[in-house]
Amino acid sequence: MNILEMTRISQEFGGLRAVDTVSLSVLTGEILGIIGPNGAGKTTLFNIITGIYVPTEGELLFRERRIDGMAPHDIARLGIGRTFQNIRLFGKLSVLDNVRVGRFGVTHSGLWSCLLRLPAARREEKETELRAMELLELVDLVDKRYEYAENLAYGEQRRLEIARALALDPSLLLLDEPGAGMNTGEKEELMAFIRSIRDQLNLTIILVEHDMNLVMNICERITVLDYGRKIAEGTPAQVKNDERVIQSYLGSGA
Amino acid sequence: MFWEQLLNGLTLGSSYALIALGYTMVYGIVQLINFAHGEVYMFGAFVGLFLVTAGFNIFVALLGAMAFCMLLGMLIERVAYRPLRGKSSRLSALISAIGVSIFLSTLMVLYRGPNTTRYPEVLGGSTFQLGSLQVSTLQIIILLIAALLMVVLELAIKKTRVGKAMRACSQDLEASKLMGVNVNRIISLTFAVGSALAAAGGVMVGIYYNAVWPYMGTMAGLKAFAAAVLGGIGSVPGAMIGGLTLGVLEIMGIAYLSSSYKDAIAFAILILVLIIRPQGLVGQKLSKKV
Amino acid sequence: MFDAFLNQTIDAYYLRILIFIGINIILALGLNLITGVTGQLSMGHAGFMSLGAYTSAILSVQLEVPFALALLGGALVAAFFGFLIGIPTLRLEGDYLAMVTIGFAEIVRVFFLNFGPGGKAVGLSGIPQNTGFTVVWLLVLVVIVLNRQLLASRVGRSLYAIRENEIAAEACGVDTTRMKVLAFSVGSLLGGLGGGLYAHYMYYINPQDFGFMKSIELLNMVVLGGMGSIPGTIIGVVILTILPEMLRIVDEYRLLFYGALLVILMIFRPNGLLGDVRVYDIKKWWTQRGDRE
Repeated sequence: MNILEMTRISQEFGGLRAVDTVSLSVLTGEILGIIGPNGAGKTTLFNIITGIYVPTEGELLFRERRIDGMAPHDIARLGIGRTFQNIRLFGKLSVLDNVRVGRFGVTHSGLWSCLLRLPAARREEKETELRAMELLELVDLVDKRYEYAENLAYGEQRRLEIARALALDPSLLLLDEPGAGMNTGEKEELMAFIRSIRDQLNLTIILVEHDMNLVMNICERITVLDYGRKIAEGTPAQVKNDERVIQSYLGSGA
Repeated sequence: MFWEQLLNGLTLGSSYALIALGYTMVYGIVQLINFAHGEVYMFGAFVGLFLVTAGFNIFVALLGAMAFCMLLGMLIERVAYRPLRGKSSRLSALISAIGVSIFLSTLMVLYRGPNTTRYPEVLGGSTFQLGSLQVSTLQIIILLIAALLMVVLELAIKKTRVGKAMRACSQDLEASKLMGVNVNRIISLTFAVGSALAAAGGVMVGIYYNAVWPYMGTMAGLKAFAAAVLGGIGSVPGAMIGGLTLGVLEIMGIAYLSSSYKDAIAFAILILVLIIRPQGLVGQKLSKKV
Repeated sequence: MFDAFLNQTIDAYYLRILIFIGINIILALGLNLITGVTGQLSMGHAGFMSLGAYTSAILSVQLEVPFALALLGGALVAAFFGFLIGIPTLRLEGDYLAMVTIGFAEIVRVFFLNFGPGGKAVGLSGIPQNTGFTVVWLLVLVVIVLNRQLLASRVGRSLYAIRENEIAAEACGVDTTRMKVLAFSVGSLLGGLGGGLYAHYMYYINPQDFGFMKSIELLNMVVLGGMGSIPGTIIGVVILTILPEMLRIVDEYRLLFYGALLVILMIFRPNGLLGDVRVYDIKKWWTQRGDRE
């Protein structure tokens, strides 16, 4: 079973076809890259997968279950986590709390259990804190746990966002330009990090990225979009030498 | 009977429209609900009152009130809103606006007392027959003046360079700044124009209903705001349409339903519009970029 | 009994202020939950106060319901309406929601102006004065504790998350609409409770008590102290309840000062007095101390 099946997905915004009949299969456990010039529809695709947009056409299956049209919070609860192109942290919450909010999708205490501090709620709180600390260890942000998220350095914020996405215990992780704004050293660390979490946490990872070096090095397969359409797909080697890909990048002066 | 009520509604609606324009233009450009706007309207009515009492005719009163309120509006923007621009949340600007509103209405209460003052007779109660309709000269004058002001505004916005700058700023303030538009000046101007229109509305309401009082701005302000939302907040034609519609609906409501609920009509409409079609009659649906 | 003791020892004037502070804390904490914590701007909180006040008053006066039940009735009616208008409107953008809440409070006001059993414009009098210092402050304690519980919990965190970044909150599995309606309902419940206490203290209520200005006063209390913070809200309440009293000296001019104060405050401390200081900073300072040793 492929973890994600996208069949002829299209997204129209009042006349503009941001995504045009894209079909994509994501193999369980792989690291897949989605690349393409700016405006090619990459983030839109992410937004469709996570339920922020309802596709105008097409079908989306997550573990053989139809998710197009589902609300974002339900999709998150099914086990799809994501980071955002323009970092979306909870600025005035602490680093620790940011990750704890990430656990919301896998916890259940309701209003009454929380108000009355019922044993189930307290247990869940402990478990949440434990898991959050584990994740902060993973991204090396433990000593900053009481900082306001908005006060973190850019790179730290990106790591925090990943930790928060992982708090959902996802099986599919979507990373939107995780390397943006990083220097070479940091990108090396990022690549190692992505590989390790994929292995350790049994994840499937889809990356949107602009840095070709990063993409070619870490992705096992790559899908190329241009003007909302899929123009190529394959291993890094295949894609690198694909005529159409070269054209689209040269054409947009990349 | 129906036509008379319609005419009454349009007359009331014109005043709502004039006030609503100020709300909508300011909201369009700085995303602020200018709660002090109702008080500017009230000040306009009082300035008109002073001028008329002093013996000047209605047109001088109108112009005087408009000039005064133009300055008032610009002053408010400079003192209470500009320092907050870009720095704080929208909520702070809102609260600052409320502070100004309280300040201004209290100022007038201190000066004139909270009671109603009557406008001296300005145009006599002359009426004339239009078919089977009993129409007052005053109504016609009000409608004409309001229409004139709105047309002038539309033309100014569409055809002049300044108007273009205003439109640009309401679409994208930052980009306009980068294009060399003196954004501060345009914002000031927006406040000035909106305030002048509200003042005109105030004078006309004062004359037509023959009453002004320091708190008249609060209710009229809220209703005009509802009118702006009805038409589509941020849209100039929307404010005009919304104002006229609301005036008509309110008068019709009083005539055919019940007068004691008249204040609630505006707000019921407001809520319904926001639930069913938040972008208003004329406004455009905005989708969020994620 | 304790009240009798208090009536002997403390001057009636100060007692009155203390009771108002207590009632306002309950009202403001309700609004804080909606606006400060969850970030949903409500400018019609007085509408819920009104619903609570009138419902409980009518229950007491006309149906001779015991005090506790009357209070409960008022609170539940307010919560019900909070729930009702929350559902369709909480999917609206911030400013739009503010507009709806203004409209809602106005409609409530006009309704009671025309509602026979409530006495219409004349208002309702003869409400038994059951609200005393003890009742109020006992309830204040309960409300504060429960609030604290809520805000430190999973549910509370999700509300803050909604305020900070709604889309990210959804990505974490938070059903934002549902949570917003929840916050709105609980907030309006507290508004109704405060209204009921108010009615049973004032002995007489009329629709004007719950106008737009009241909503603004409550909003100011929440904003002044620092949004989303319980101690902040309490400080805001204390200052803004006492201030008009202190300004009574300048009586006529006090609204003038109040208005000017709001503007000045927003310019110099837009995050409220306590807005930039959080429990975190204390925790952070403590941990850093520990880490250093």
